[in-house]
Amino acid sequence: MKYMLILFTLVFTENYVLVQFLGICPFLGVSQKFSSCVGMSGAVIFVMTLASAVTWGIFQALMIPLHLEFMRTIIFILVIAALVQLVEIVLKKYMPPLYKALGVYLPLITTNCAVLAVTILNIDNSYGFLESCMSGFSAGLGFSLALILFCGVRKSLERAHPPKCFEGLPISLVAAAFTSMTFMGFTGMAENMFG
Amino acid sequence: MKDKLKILLNGMFKENPVLILALGCCSVLAVSVSVSGGFGMGVALTFVLVCSNVVISLLRNIIPSKVRIPCYIVVIATFVTLVEMLMEAYLKSLYDSLGVFLSLIVVNCIVLGRAEMFASKHSVADSFFDGLGMGIGYTMVIVGMSAVRELFGSGTLLGFRIIPEGYQLGILTQAPGGFFLFGCAMAILVAAMAKRGKKFEPKMGCDGNCAACHSSCDDRKEAEAK
Repeated sequence: MKYMLILFTLVFTENYVLVQFLGICPFLGVSQKFSSCVGMSGAVIFVMTLASAVTWGIFQALMIPLHLEFMRTIIFILVIAALVQLVEIVLKKYMPPLYKALGVYLPLITTNCAVLAVTILNIDNSYGFLESCMSGFSAGLGFSLALILFCGVRKSLERAHPPKCFEGLPISLVAAAFTSMTFMGFTGMAENMFG
Repeated sequence: MKDKLKILLNGMFKENPVLILALGCCSVLAVSVSVSGGFGMGVALTFVLVCSNVVISLLRNIIPSKVRIPCYIVVIATFVTLVEMLMEAYLKSLYDSLGVFLSLIVVNCIVLGRAEMFASKHSVADSFFDGLGMGIGYTMVIVGMSAVRELFGSGTLLGFRIIPEGYQLGILTQAPGGFFLFGCAMAILVAAMAKRGKKFEPKMGCDGNCAACHSSCDDRKEAEAK
């Protein structure tokens, strides 16, 4: 039940992009083409889950015994950067098809604030190992949901004729406001179902 | 002196990092619910930006270009940790209200972007003024947005009640209000510039890729070309 609560909370009620404003840059930047949305989503889910697992391990096994908790930010961002590089190398060598699909998006992920945020929030919420992995996976899933939904919204925006000054990014932001409003409808759902 | 002033004003207006370059939107949207929080975030980011610009500019001839991004990240993360510790010790309530977004200055596109685009190529003094200008530009936008959201969303300004209870637009303090207001602010800027005869098309800074705008984009174009 605990895991289902994390899943539903992070995908719907506390969606990283649309409710918590994490990872807005890729959300607005990559959501123009459907294929790139799917590639980016896959890469984000993968890296977020892995990063949650690895940073949890490093925090528990190294940083707590050595009293290095205050270095959290600096260590986590380096771990994520190294991890992304490593994943890229491994995928390139052993899973070329997957690398072909995700590879282009991997370098963009290091500085995706949603990835760093999920690792920090896991520690702040004092999650256990499986909970951390679950929260990384769910946050990635929530990110993907928002990205893919918004990609569809953007497709319709292309055919719309907003006032001249709203063309381009401004109207996309207004559309994001409405997409985010739909997610407000989920408020309280997760707690009532699994709480 | 004149060129330093020009660099400073460039960051504040001509290349305003948030509204014109569309960088670092996450924290602007998330933190701008109260003026005090917005101002605190602005000051924290300005501090990190100025310090990291100066240090990176000092080290620009030492850092090998292949590993420059991790080096920049280490420098930036050091200053962010410094700000976090100072704020936790002396301004606990602000620290709690900014939450995770304080740590996220590390991956803020503005800081990394300026390191890559400006500090790694210019002198220490120029980088200092660039960081200061960009920081002030960011602070102006975030405080402006916070003022509108706090005034109409919660009916207060810096904690003092201005609009009586029951007449607020609560949605402005929530996520949709942030997106909407940011879109409108950008549209107003476009309209204002069109009136003065300048064309301006807001675009995401380099397809939403924050760090190393140039390098990663080139990598991507290469990969896509293959």
